[in-house]
Amino acid sequence: MDETVAEYIRRTVLKIPRDEIKTMLQKWGFLSEAQLQTLNFHQIKDNISQEVVQLCEENSADIKQAAILDIIYNHIYQNKRMWSVYQMKKSGEELEYFDITDFKKKFKGRLRSALKNVTITFKEYEDNAIWIRIAWGTPYKKPNQYKPSYVVYHSQTPYVFISASVLKSNLPLLCQALIVASNYHDIREMELRSHSLNSLKDIVFKRYSQNFQTYYPKPLQEGNVEPESADIRIVQENRSEKERIHRLNQEAFGGGPQPKLEFAQYRLETMFKSDPKMGVLDKREPFRCLVKFSSPHLLESLKSLAPAGMADAPLSPLLTCIPHKARNYFKIREKKGLFPESFVSP
Amino acid sequence: HLATSLPLPSERDHFRPRIDLIVFMIDIKSKYSLRNVEASLAHVDASFFLGKVCFLVTGVGRVNACSIETNAVCKLGETYCSPVLFCELELEGIRVVTAQRLLRMLQICAGHIPGVSALSFVSLMRNSDDD
Repeated sequence: MDETVAEYIRRTVLKIPRDEIKTMLQKWGFLSEAQLQTLNFHQIKDNISQEVVQLCEENSADIKQAAILDIIYNHIYQNKRMWSVYQMKKSGEELEYFDITDFKKKFKGRLRSALKNVTITFKEYEDNAIWIRIAWGTPYKKPNQYKPSYVVYHSQTPYVFISASVLKSNLPLLCQALIVASNYHDIREMELRSHSLNSLKDIVFKRYSQNFQTYYPKPLQEGNVEPESADIRIVQENRSEKERIHRLNQEAFGGGPQPKLEFAQYRLETMFKSDPKMGVLDKREPFRCLVKFSSPHLLESLKSLAPAGMADAPLSPLLTCIPHKARNYFKIREKKGLFPESFVSP
Repeated sequence: HLATSLPLPSERDHFRPRIDLIVFMIDIKSKYSLRNVEASLAHVDASFFLGKVCFLVTGVGRVNACSIETNAVCKLGETYCSPVLFCELELEGIRVVTAQRLLRMLQICAGHIPGVSALSFVSLMRNSDDD
């Protein structure tokens, strides 16, 4: 077995938390159950990984198998990576039958024709997700297995989720290979990024609970606002205000859990509005400013702002439109016209 | 009765019993909280300031998160001749003790303790240095 493969497997196993190693190796399926029985999972990880490498040696593992183990690790710990969303466009309306073998062949063919030194690995999951791992090399260097890119493609959708490696220069090539393989004619990066892959999927596949406009206003259910199990001797003077805020919040965010995003970024290119007599910023130039909201769970915290009394309800549509517009990066420019107001650029 | 600010919504006027004690809660971690209380004070009838108002400063356990200076709050208490209590709601022991103190004050303000009235608080507020 190649020394580099051995080292790569050793390092991959070291990344796995000790309690998870056995399950992951079972998922991998490269080592037999009998071989797994011989492993002592109660020793320090260094020793476990050495034993695993030993067994892989017996089975003559190559980089292909090692790459699959890496995909399995990254599939389970997908939230450690930062994912971007790309949308592909078809030229016509033809509904083509998706053939996975054809896809793989075209993808590999396109990449390899441009770059000889690449390691390409595929793994399909039950939810129609195709995971692709690409380790990039150069015409003179073997692929760097430690900085791969990951692509997640749901074949029934035009969306691709990419966790690029640091080597961003390979991105155009990757995009090209994707559209060729999937029979689309264009691909563009959406302004949507997060660590939570599932939340990104929820947003673009519209799987989160949205609020649908109804024509009959529902009668207010008092039970929604605060649990009445609190002492009935406590009287909330501002109940109607609390209910108004709750109702507006429900309209803006819907009733269910929000997709998990870590930040929203607004790049302002608007004019600075001040008292003309103050003479601040004489130059009539846009005032460049970047506003970034970060949170472990941005949308839930935005949802709780008004009920917590920290913001007025309704919240600015710039904040509440994030899941609907499927973006968390915004550019705000002046609206040119009679009434100069800021507007969100597409 | 809990309210987020004053004045109280007028639609509930006929539901409301007599008010014996107003406790203004100031979160030491929030400047907004202090501003809100200062704005609400303007809506309180002058007669309440004869012992029926008290300031409760919460969150004092988290020293790193203080946004309001204790001086500012004490000054507020002096201006309005009302006691200022400090507590930390996240600690159950202090929470219970503070509740007991407030309850005691309420009993006095409501006239349930013979011989002691809310006016006693005002005289207790006077600093011995003043004389």
